[in-house]
Amino acid sequence: MSILVNKSSRVIVQGFTGKEGTFHAEQCIAYGTNVVGGVTPGKGGQTHLGRPVFNTVKEAVKATEADTSLILVPPAFAADAVIEAAASGIKVIVCITEGIPTRDVIIAKKFTGNHDVTLIGPNCPGIITADEAKVGIMPGFVFKKGKVGLISKSGTLTYEMANQVVLAGLGISTAIGIGGDPIIGSTIIDLLKLFEKDKKTEAIVIIGEIGGDMEIQAAEYIKENITKPVVAFIAGSTAPKGKRMGHAGAIIAGSKGTAQEKMDALVKAGVTVVDSPADVGIKVKKVLNK
Amino acid sequence: MNIHEYQAKQIFAKYGVPIPKGKMIEKAEDAIDAAREIGGNIWVVKAQIHAGGRGKGGGVKLARSLDEVEKYASEIVGMTLVTHQTGPAGKLAKKVYIEGGVDIKKELYLGMVLDRAKELPVMMASTEGGVEIEKVAAETPERIIKVEIDPLTGFQGYHARELAFGLNLSKEQIKEFGKFAKALYKVYTLNDASLVEINPLVLTADDKFIALDAKMGFDDNALFRHKDIAEMRDLDEEDPAEIEAGNYGLSYVKLDGNVGCMVNGAGLAMSTMDIIKLEGGEPANFLDVGGKASASTVAKGFEIILKDPNVKAILVNIFGGIVRCDRIANGILEATETTRVEVPIVVRLDGTNAKEAIEIIRKSSLTNIISATDLGDAARKVVKAAKGV
Repeated sequence: MSILVNKSSRVIVQGFTGKEGTFHAEQCIAYGTNVVGGVTPGKGGQTHLGRPVFNTVKEAVKATEADTSLILVPPAFAADAVIEAAASGIKVIVCITEGIPTRDVIIAKKFTGNHDVTLIGPNCPGIITADEAKVGIMPGFVFKKGKVGLISKSGTLTYEMANQVVLAGLGISTAIGIGGDPIIGSTIIDLLKLFEKDKKTEAIVIIGEIGGDMEIQAAEYIKENITKPVVAFIAGSTAPKGKRMGHAGAIIAGSKGTAQEKMDALVKAGVTVVDSPADVGIKVKKVLNK
Repeated sequence: MNIHEYQAKQIFAKYGVPIPKGKMIEKAEDAIDAAREIGGNIWVVKAQIHAGGRGKGGGVKLARSLDEVEKYASEIVGMTLVTHQTGPAGKLAKKVYIEGGVDIKKELYLGMVLDRAKELPVMMASTEGGVEIEKVAAETPERIIKVEIDPLTGFQGYHARELAFGLNLSKEQIKEFGKFAKALYKVYTLNDASLVEINPLVLTADDKFIALDAKMGFDDNALFRHKDIAEMRDLDEEDPAEIEAGNYGLSYVKLDGNVGCMVNGAGLAMSTMDIIKLEGGEPANFLDVGGKASASTVAKGFEIILKDPNVKAILVNIFGGIVRCDRIANGILEATETTRVEVPIVVRLDGTNAKEAIEIIRKSSLTNIISATDLGDAARKVVKAAKGV
């Protein structure tokens, strides 16, 4: 078990032969991910990294029975790539691309909502199920196998937190970077549902940040529906209002979307909220030893 | 990205959103000619800055003669306006917009913005025009009517009707309003705006709707397909250090503290600021050097951080994934020598090749570099260093 991706996931890479696509596809293969091919329009029929290249996702799915796609194409073409993957029968789409126009993401998300598919991202590091499959750009070695599920809006902060969990003597079941854009595919709630059902996951870590109200919605959901212990950290307590902090979605609008308001909601829902980003690992260990 | 009122009105005009006749000037001596060209016998002289509350700050004046137009224009050009949105330092007005007077029957509010929770753009209208909409939302939320618009189906007749009936408009007014709102939807969606706001939207004595004010913000991710809008960027409205950082692919926000920080990744950068504060320090900045931090981005980062004279110590916090820490360590040593960093630097490198990196830092002859093992240790050391202990 684990969630979304595992050893038997059949992964294609959209943007396979590009610089980013090549580099990260190589890293995924080295991790042990079952990469069955890739898509680059105009390069169909070639072989790249020992795998077949296709012109369209449809052809790739037909030939390889791919069920998962890792998207590493430039922002102007990324929403198109997401919609193509969903229309072609892919079940898990991981869109790494940063900088996609919000209007395109809204439309792509609406489209995936009408299909039997899970969209992760955009503007995210992807998904990793420890020792099984890496469908993303994270450093695989950090994520040692274990029983903690991780949901994060951030990239390097996800690595930091996974590392802390591992150093605390625990490990990761699946870690998902959901992305730092104002509109993203799967929300925290979507993934909480999966982790709640996953037998390998015994505790869940949520790494949120300022902007929007996804963490507050998650808090309400946790209160009613999640039985596993949840530990959360919200980045950006010191962020000024009205300033975009790196991520397109990390902005306090008016007085909405502050770290404090999110932490308060999570505490109220019974979540163990950690004030210091250095204490996440030890707090997870504590709640699991209870 | 935000633009000025006069620029937003240029866009409005292109899509058929009615605006008063107006002209932007940069020199007060051009004011009378502009007013003559506009015609009429009453004008409004408005400071062009990227902030609301201009009227209260003295940046919007009603002129009843050509002499008054010139007088107010010369007062406003070069004026530093302080409003509730500018911060205490205020903003310098370099441009003035002169506009013909409008016969006002009623002031309304109409705006469009992305609703992140609903994941759709919403159009909002209110009978409470000319006052801060945030205040209306907080005190009398029932006076704001909202409609969600699905971009797949676009702006429909019912959207306009829901808003118009909510505003208690008459039958004739509803038809006019519908045309106005539909044009505004086009302005928002076809230009990838993140915000369009008309406050006030004016109903004139002859039952026409006209945008008396105009505020627009854009989705930065979409500017690549709107070259005309990207050209409207006014660098005078932005912080010079933030512009420079942006030119090198770094994301920088200046804050008021004295502990500089340089981090890879936005989430980790925010967390680094947070932990500095928790350990009793005050962060001087947010700085994300990006996922592909290199020796040259690190050097640029030091340069930008050190432009702030308040900085007493710097924390470099890199979690190497794809980026190799040993390369970053060498980059730090190089950069410290070339940019002459004299304040103490606490370095915390973790992840790929961290051991080698720590060894490189340890062996260096630079005395102002302090090595830290983890996030907590790094924060404690840099706060201490900034306090000079």
